[in-house]
Amino acid sequence: MADDAASTSPSPGSTPTPERPSRLRRTTSSLALLRESPVGMVGAVLVAFWVLMALVAPILPLYDPLEPLVPFQGMGATAPDGGTLWLGTDHRGRDILSRVIWSSQRVLVWASLATFVAYIFGMAMGCMAGYLGGWWDEVISFFANVLLSFPVMILFVIIVTVLGASGINIVIAVTFASAPAIMRIVRGLILDLRTRDYVFAAQTRGESPWFIMLVELLPNARGPLIVDACLRLGYTVVAIATLGFLGLGLPPPEPDWGMMIKEAVPLGSFAGREMVVPAVALSSLILGFNMLADGLREISLRD
Amino acid sequence: MLILTLKRLTSMVLIMLVVSFLLFALFETDKLEVAGKVLGPYSSVEQREIWLENNGYNKPFLKRYVLWVGNALRGDFGESIQLKVPVSQVLGDRLANTGILALALFTLMIPIALAMGIFAGMKEGSFRDRAISVTAVATTSIPEFASATLLTAIFVFWLGWLPGTSSMSSGFDWQQLVLPVAVLLMYDVGYVARMTRASMAEVMTSQYVRTAILKGIPYRRVILKHALRNALIAPFTVIMLQLNWLLSGVIVVEVFFAYKGFGSLLYDAALFGDIYLIEACTLVAVFVAVFSQFISDIGYTLLNPRIRF
Repeated sequence: MADDAASTSPSPGSTPTPERPSRLRRTTSSLALLRESPVGMVGAVLVAFWVLMALVAPILPLYDPLEPLVPFQGMGATAPDGGTLWLGTDHRGRDILSRVIWSSQRVLVWASLATFVAYIFGMAMGCMAGYLGGWWDEVISFFANVLLSFPVMILFVIIVTVLGASGINIVIAVTFASAPAIMRIVRGLILDLRTRDYVFAAQTRGESPWFIMLVELLPNARGPLIVDACLRLGYTVVAIATLGFLGLGLPPPEPDWGMMIKEAVPLGSFAGREMVVPAVALSSLILGFNMLADGLREISLRD
Repeated sequence: MLILTLKRLTSMVLIMLVVSFLLFALFETDKLEVAGKVLGPYSSVEQREIWLENNGYNKPFLKRYVLWVGNALRGDFGESIQLKVPVSQVLGDRLANTGILALALFTLMIPIALAMGIFAGMKEGSFRDRAISVTAVATTSIPEFASATLLTAIFVFWLGWLPGTSSMSSGFDWQQLVLPVAVLLMYDVGYVARMTRASMAEVMTSQYVRTAILKGIPYRRVILKHALRNALIAPFTVIMLQLNWLLSGVIVVEVFFAYKGFGSLLYDAALFGDIYLIEACTLVAVFVAVFSQFISDIGYTLLNPRIRF
């Protein structure tokens, strides 16, 4: 929206420029660009599939993911009420297909929220370090270095064990782990952009530093940030699933992929399908994010 | 070079101090819980307070921290609350075990990843390039615990070729190393291969490689003598940084396969709130992170004379 404000208010005295296509038009044409990268297309399809599953989970004719039917049913078995259990049931008799699809909703909601919060903090820090410079830069960069010197998983495990396992605490842990990395990227981009003429113009107009950061600088730094957000969303999904697997993730009983695997592992070969199905689901979503990011980067490098 | 070393050293010491202080402060908010874990879930608050008092955890916070730093400087990291042995003793054994894992991983990963990256990057956009690149993205995309599950399902449950645990309870057994190393390898090879490919592809489009080809030097010689030297600079730094990744990467793998290494030690310590053990493990991790970054910077300047710090 900041971009709109900047692009639709022509500065006084400027020569009339050819009309810019509408926002919708520009978005669809940049999506069409993705067609040029087969890798990006496959990634987009995989991500879109899971996002769609997450959205339509409530209206799909699925069994209750928490309700025990008959334990250890094979693929395509018949449920007590005559329906088909396409992927069978788990050790407590819950429908695996339903659990995998509901997991996608839970994981995607929390991952998006966590990534979003991490981005808010990371961008704010990055803007301040990059644009204000001086002491701001020194202090923010030092603390970013402190957090980045922790191996990521160690940071997650320590934060979540101290604060306790819950959705909000996972958001906090992801913010601590991701915000410094985002801050570095944003800082680098801002350092490059702050010497541009339009920034000087805004400074001369007497705009406040916050206005310049939000309206002038950030919208112009969005390209690399979109690629990074795509990768980071993938990392966050992995982090949430890994914490779930370690028993430090989103609390039960609602399913998520990491927890499904964790519950199945002690049962060993009796629960092979119960382990493999969520593992494949999770891997396909991460593969989607990575391929989409690759595709976006390939396209952005081409221009 | 000397200035760089000094700068890095001071920043490392500063980071270690801040990190250890933060961890101490976190533990401070959590110590009744820890006492509860030592004394059992049904211990009363008074009993827990007495335990904290007797073990000196109720002394002023800053005093304890300064005391701990002083001891740590002399190499005494305190005693593990959970295991009741000196931290340095457990930590040494566990680090050695993870070292074995790391050694096996790197001896396999480096040649495979470099070969994949070089073959893919030699002809950018060719079928070979696409096939290798897609494989690399795919293996990197599978989270470790997912690949651990998949490999276990195939090789332990279905084929029955390998043991599903790596606890080494009856002495060292190389068979038990296969799955943990394979899981780490799947993730890491793809990543390093992609970096190598990008670097190789860039070198292949450079002027001097074109000149060498146009001069009529045999293709093999162009690759080996001209391109490789420059193309391997970036992967070198990436490989060094894998050391850092490995320390957190091993947590999941070691917990999954019950391997007695650094990762599972840290995981247990964090679950228990075993503060001195957590402190020592984290400092090791921070040291490895800063040190591997430093080595990779030094190596970068040695390999690439254009860069000077």
